[in-house]
Amino acid sequence: MAVKPEVAHAEHEHEHPRSFWKKYVFSQDHKIIGIQYLMTSFFMALVGGFLAMLIRMQLGFPGLKFYWAQWLFPNGFSGDQMKPDFYLAMVTMHGTIMIFFVLTTALSGGFGNLLIPLQIGARDMAFPWLNMMSYWLYPPAILILLASFFVTGGAASAGWTSYPPLSALRNAVPGSLYGQTLWLISLALLIVAFLFGSLNYITTVLQLRTRGMSMSRLPLLTWAQFITAILMLLSFPVLLAAAIMMLFDRHLGTSFFIPGGLIVGGQPVPHSGGDPILWQHLFWFLGHPEVYVLILPPMGIVSEVLSTNGRKPIFGYFFMIGSLASIAFLSFLVWGHHMFTSGMDPLLGTAFMTTTLVIAVPSAIKTFNWLATLWRAKIRYTTATMFAVGFISLFVTGGLTGIFLASPAIDIHFQDTFFVVAHFHFVMASAALFGLFAGSYHWFPKMFGRLMNERLGKIHFWLTFIGVYATFFPMHFAGTAGMMRRIFSTQMYQFLQPLAGLNIFISIAGFMLGIAQLLFAYNFIYSAFRGPKAGSNPWQANTLEWQAPSPPPHGNWGATLPVVHRWPYDYSVPGAEQDFLPQTAPEQAAPTALGADGAGSASLQVKPRGEEA
Amino acid sequence: MAELPPPTESQQVGRRLGLLILAMVLVGGVGSFLWATRVWWLPPVASQQGIEVDRLFTITLIVTGLAFIVVHLALGVFAWRYADRGQPTQRAFYWHDNRTLELTWTLVPAAVLVTLISMGALVWTRVHSAPPVGAMMVDVRALQFGWMFRYPGPDGTFGKAGTEHVNPGSNPFGVDPADPAGADDIVTKELHIVLGEPVVVRMTSHDVIHSFFLPNFRVKQDVVPGMFTTVWFVPTASGKFEIACAELCGVGHYIMRNTVTVEPTRAAFEAWLAQQKK
Repeated sequence: MAVKPEVAHAEHEHEHPRSFWKKYVFSQDHKIIGIQYLMTSFFMALVGGFLAMLIRMQLGFPGLKFYWAQWLFPNGFSGDQMKPDFYLAMVTMHGTIMIFFVLTTALSGGFGNLLIPLQIGARDMAFPWLNMMSYWLYPPAILILLASFFVTGGAASAGWTSYPPLSALRNAVPGSLYGQTLWLISLALLIVAFLFGSLNYITTVLQLRTRGMSMSRLPLLTWAQFITAILMLLSFPVLLAAAIMMLFDRHLGTSFFIPGGLIVGGQPVPHSGGDPILWQHLFWFLGHPEVYVLILPPMGIVSEVLSTNGRKPIFGYFFMIGSLASIAFLSFLVWGHHMFTSGMDPLLGTAFMTTTLVIAVPSAIKTFNWLATLWRAKIRYTTATMFAVGFISLFVTGGLTGIFLASPAIDIHFQDTFFVVAHFHFVMASAALFGLFAGSYHWFPKMFGRLMNERLGKIHFWLTFIGVYATFFPMHFAGTAGMMRRIFSTQMYQFLQPLAGLNIFISIAGFMLGIAQLLFAYNFIYSAFRGPKAGSNPWQANTLEWQAPSPPPHGNWGATLPVVHRWPYDYSVPGAEQDFLPQTAPEQAAPTALGADGAGSASLQVKPRGEEA
Repeated sequence: MAELPPPTESQQVGRRLGLLILAMVLVGGVGSFLWATRVWWLPPVASQQGIEVDRLFTITLIVTGLAFIVVHLALGVFAWRYADRGQPTQRAFYWHDNRTLELTWTLVPAAVLVTLISMGALVWTRVHSAPPVGAMMVDVRALQFGWMFRYPGPDGTFGKAGTEHVNPGSNPFGVDPADPAGADDIVTKELHIVLGEPVVVRMTSHDVIHSFFLPNFRVKQDVVPGMFTTVWFVPTASGKFEIACAELCGVGHYIMRNTVTVEPTRAAFEAWLAQQKK
């Protein structure tokens, strides 16, 4: 399947100086597009993180006077206090921004673009122009989304899940007046961007691998990005369709999601015949694969970082690929576990419980394989390695609480409480964020040709790891005690009174966690200009991107494309001179090798690992 | 290479990271859970199904707790023990496949999960089984931002109801005045039920989706406009408990509170209901 080197080579010959605009702004170079995606996502992370701080202020210190936030959101406050509708807008926008505009864009758009062509030995994506378009749909989507804070009624406030009729009826909540329309348009634009990107990734991985780079020699990160792209391509169109249907309901008088006979704000609603549960099915048909869109690329990043810095092959390469694929497949069959209490037939609840607990098996396989990779490794603790180890801890903690929520009888109590908030902030939000950090520290040389400051990076890790546990772990207790999500204040309920102290603790931990991220922002920007220069392969890694200069030039490779001779994880091969053998190292570079099972069989038949597939 | 962390530093970081995982995550995680059972735990249980749900929760907590301990123990020890110590003789073990191990950690979690699935399915099926014949019926309406309740009266049948009949002052519930079955229906502002007597709650909404959440009874059911949803349960403790809305329903979501009173005897309940008729 690999394309002939001469073909890809041709473009390189025609390289000519590009204007600033073509090189850095409307660039068709996958690396620049990756950096654009990443930097824009970091900006959005600041916005989403700031909203989280405001949420925690209100929950930890109800009645707090916001003298300072008012100039930014003049409509959000009255008498120095936050208004409940503004609180809901923040909850909605925090979730929307973090999930779609930060984690999806950074991990898939950012690292996918930056690394897929480099890891498979291609000069660029299959469709560079489409790639540029994919990025340039993202800033307009952001502008539309952020503009919604300043329209009458404020930003969308029906939650990131936007359940109708709350989201579909324009007088049901202030944010539904105009804000929800902007939310839907913004998301539709971003979905088109994701579809362009995922088409590109799939084609590139299938068509542009260099000579010798069989699918069974692909690094796990590229496998993860490839499978993620398939997930996105199959699931996002469903949300796009649902968003358009809701726009029709809101503005053109259709009734996809609105049943008859409603009274809102004292007025009869002129709709009939729709079904609000339909939206939930459509939304979660995307929504569940989406959480795997967020977590599969970090799984790939962690596999690369642990193997490289553990100086040890990844354990169970084919099981790792198989578990990625089975997680992806099963993720289409589990959406109903978000709907156990929705009024869906209880029989479906049993079915979705079964599929959901089955998906825990491949997740367990991955976890144990990472542990086996660390066993008897020789771990170099770069900052990226620390975040990769931290990822395993967060993924396990969050994954285990998922077992409670997957069981519908237990979920009756926990649905829509802070237990759910704790669960997904561990397994999806923080774990994905740790993957993002590990990736940023590790591949920074391939972005800017420099290294990030390791000292600051380590401080950033300690504060973040402790901060995540301090912030999100106690949320389990709030949820167990019954504290509902998305409530402006706990003061109305007697059974929530004992949680006041707990919420103050969570808020303070959350502020520390938020402030610690400024260290990363500073380190990232400072190091891009002033960091120590990196060689082409600072971590002594095997995958192809480390054979290219740091940063790789336009076209990535010199006159000829690299040729691959082995799988990516030949670290510490017995008898080899160095403890790493790049994928380009010819077969005779490993004078002896143990049997493929690693058990030390006396076989002298040397076969690099990738050959056996 | 200069960019790599000096081996001594790796050893130090590994020790700290291993200790942090063992101390904060493992000891702190398990310890705080034990502490929480005394201060921030499940609200006192007041229903039959709640007892079953709590038992399932405890079993799942023990199983997942064991997995949490095992994995973090391994992670902490490995992170500590297998750091680069800077000795030239130290070399990672070239070992990347073991069919037996892979099958072990595929099949063992699978077996545990199948057990949990079966137990969960049993409780879930019981919760959603058909209610006992002759159980007390309550009809619930949710609207931004409150709850209304209706009892069928002596005839045991609810009259037709719909938003077309709603009059905010005289008929907020929307009972059809033309339906004779509705003539003796009793609409109330609070929910009262009887200790030990099963109660069937049928509900729908006048506007958006709400969720009928009784924390003490381990009952939660979305209230969806345009359709009826139903739950039933048996109260096992008398007293006054809170009803909350658990699904985001608008600006007043956080104040959509009501109460449920479990009357100790049928007579006490009838006395309360008689007062509501006026």
